[in-house]
Amino acid sequence: MATANVVTGEQYNYEVIRKFTIMTLVWGAVGMLVGVYIASELAFPFLNFDIPYITFGRLRPVHTGAVIFGFGGSALFATSYYIVQRTCQTRLFGTGAANFTFWGWQAIIVLAALGDVLGHSQGREYAEMEWPIDLLIEVVWVTYMVVFIGTLMRRKQPHIYVANWFYLSFILATALLHTFNNLAVPISLFSMKSYSLFSGVQDAMTEWWYGHNAVGFFLTAAFLGMMYYFVPKQAGKPVYSYRLSIVHFWALSFMYMWAGAHHLHWTAVPDWTSTLAATFSIMLLLPSWGGMINGIMTLSGAWDKLRTDPIMRFLIVALSFYGMSTFEGPMMSLKDVNALSHYTDWTVGHVHSGALGWVAMISFGSLYHMLPRLWNTEMHSTKLINVHFWLATIGVLMYITAMWISGIMQGLMWRAFDDYGNLQYSFAESVAAMHPFYVMRALGGAFFLAGMVVMCYNMAMTIRKGNTDGSLAVAAA
Amino acid sequence: MKHDKIERNVGWMLVMTMLAISAGGLVEVVPLFFIKDTVETVKTADGRDMVRPYSPLEQRGRDIYIREGCFLCHSQMIRPFRDEALRYGHYSLAAESKYDHPFQWGSKRTGPDLARVGGKYSNDWHVQHLTAPRSMVPESVMPNYPWLLKTNLDLSDLTLRLKALRTTGVPYSETQAEYDRNVKQFGEEVAKTLHIPDAEKNLVAQAQAGNYDNNKDNISEMDALVAYLQVLGTMVDFKQFDDDYFAKFR
Repeated sequence: MATANVVTGEQYNYEVIRKFTIMTLVWGAVGMLVGVYIASELAFPFLNFDIPYITFGRLRPVHTGAVIFGFGGSALFATSYYIVQRTCQTRLFGTGAANFTFWGWQAIIVLAALGDVLGHSQGREYAEMEWPIDLLIEVVWVTYMVVFIGTLMRRKQPHIYVANWFYLSFILATALLHTFNNLAVPISLFSMKSYSLFSGVQDAMTEWWYGHNAVGFFLTAAFLGMMYYFVPKQAGKPVYSYRLSIVHFWALSFMYMWAGAHHLHWTAVPDWTSTLAATFSIMLLLPSWGGMINGIMTLSGAWDKLRTDPIMRFLIVALSFYGMSTFEGPMMSLKDVNALSHYTDWTVGHVHSGALGWVAMISFGSLYHMLPRLWNTEMHSTKLINVHFWLATIGVLMYITAMWISGIMQGLMWRAFDDYGNLQYSFAESVAAMHPFYVMRALGGAFFLAGMVVMCYNMAMTIRKGNTDGSLAVAAA
Repeated sequence: MKHDKIERNVGWMLVMTMLAISAGGLVEVVPLFFIKDTVETVKTADGRDMVRPYSPLEQRGRDIYIREGCFLCHSQMIRPFRDEALRYGHYSLAAESKYDHPFQWGSKRTGPDLARVGGKYSNDWHVQHLTAPRSMVPESVMPNYPWLLKTNLDLSDLTLRLKALRTTGVPYSETQAEYDRNVKQFGEEVAKTLHIPDAEKNLVAQAQAGNYDNNKDNISEMDALVAYLQVLGTMVDFKQFDDDYFAKFR
């Protein structure tokens, strides 16, 4: 059927997808390795070795940058380019432009990491990159937008498939957030240093409007797009409910942008702002679970696949973690819960149940689905996919359990009073109590990293026997 | 309108999505720039602002605080709870970070909050603690920062930094008129430290007088960082206000 659409050369631009796919795994391994290292630094501080470049404060943004933007970002580029071509039945718009997004994005990740270790920081979480890198991101992102929308515009299908709505929403929201959160005044054109345009309350609000929606759109909406293609494909079933996908898409896009200020409960941000944010955070449970239900129910009638297909396992476990963390999130946005959880490891645990359990797992499943199709071959080893699945699942469970215990313990120790009404514990005592859980967290991370390495090996072996000849690709399709 | 129309048309999809994602920020973020009560008025009896911009030395210390990523483990935002009042002091006011570009409230307390650490410990304690934290607090997991003592503070772009901050709205003065305005707003003593043409002179004078790192021969990064830590949370004199004065702004 596909041959009818072939004009010249390859029907689809798979070349750029292959490159992004490889870099997804590379950045995943690098970012998680740095994560395990900084987790170990918190358990064993001698690992900072008195070297400025590898202290926790400088390596932490390397970790977050490499996993969110390197691993997550590359996975999103790869899958969005794959899905938009397959569902629009047309070749990617702008081969050169797509290639530019690849090299530009990789340069951004490398430059950001270099900037971090050298101490060039804007002092904003998840947006540490200084202004020259921010400008480069802006250029690459606009190019990405052009490529994606350009492809949508020349689709051969009358309808835009639901996965693409989510990717489009993610691309637009990320552009909006990145632009306003990084407004800054450089001290000179020849210096990396800049000062944020806003200060205090307004700056905090802008940063968490960005920070929370980096989660909402970069790490959620876009990965839901991934889910809406790969779950039905792998299950061999249509999406459970078309109507549900419409309702939860618009509700999610609208509501997420209001939720950021729940990161600022009980701070100097006005009460009305954080109360409004909490209200929307609680309502967000509905569209979030709408997505989860739509994904999981797509498998109804094909549940037996979970016994035999490790890719399906990745996808369904990812959705389960998504459901769990989108229940935990609204709960933590309640002011009374937040009073205990904020500033503690509970937040870190919550983030990782989303990032490892949802984002990484859905990406693994999707990439395992894509790999053999991109290289026209079979996966090197299904058994190793299974090994990866169990390493990842054990890792994430260890990680979040450790952080739940240490987070709640911290919160309770900080607010404990003795019989005379004095604070029961010094801060240092709470730090000492964290030690075993910091060790356990590092171990959990090591498990997850081990799974990542197994996947890299499996991919390398698959590529070795793969075939990327364009004419064969058409024949196989 | 049927959804069918939107999902058949990229233009509609773009417009509707932009509307959906813009609403939250417009209602929640933008008003904070215009509602006056968002940031408290904190003045002395004779009408001067208590919260002032950082002196050049303190600001350079703040730059180092950001460079080392201190905010990833230390918050600067005390919440209005009994335990935090006992542990850290009065809850933080919006006014206290109004000259903070960027804000450094943080999101995690791997170490304690630093919003009111100023004046709590001696300079010598800070120097020893920053160089080798576990020699002061055995349980600490903080990295050692031995290079702060050994590295001279870079003064080459000091005025560029203050000028950039002035562009963002921090009242550092460049002209006589701006200086006079600062005298009225902050008093003469503070106004002098905010005058950009004298920035380097003032920085050296503060480092010499404060002798933060216990070594008068050079001005180290340690001098700047300790000067910054020692001013944190000390600008507002809460004794001059009724207990419920600040509550009405929240």
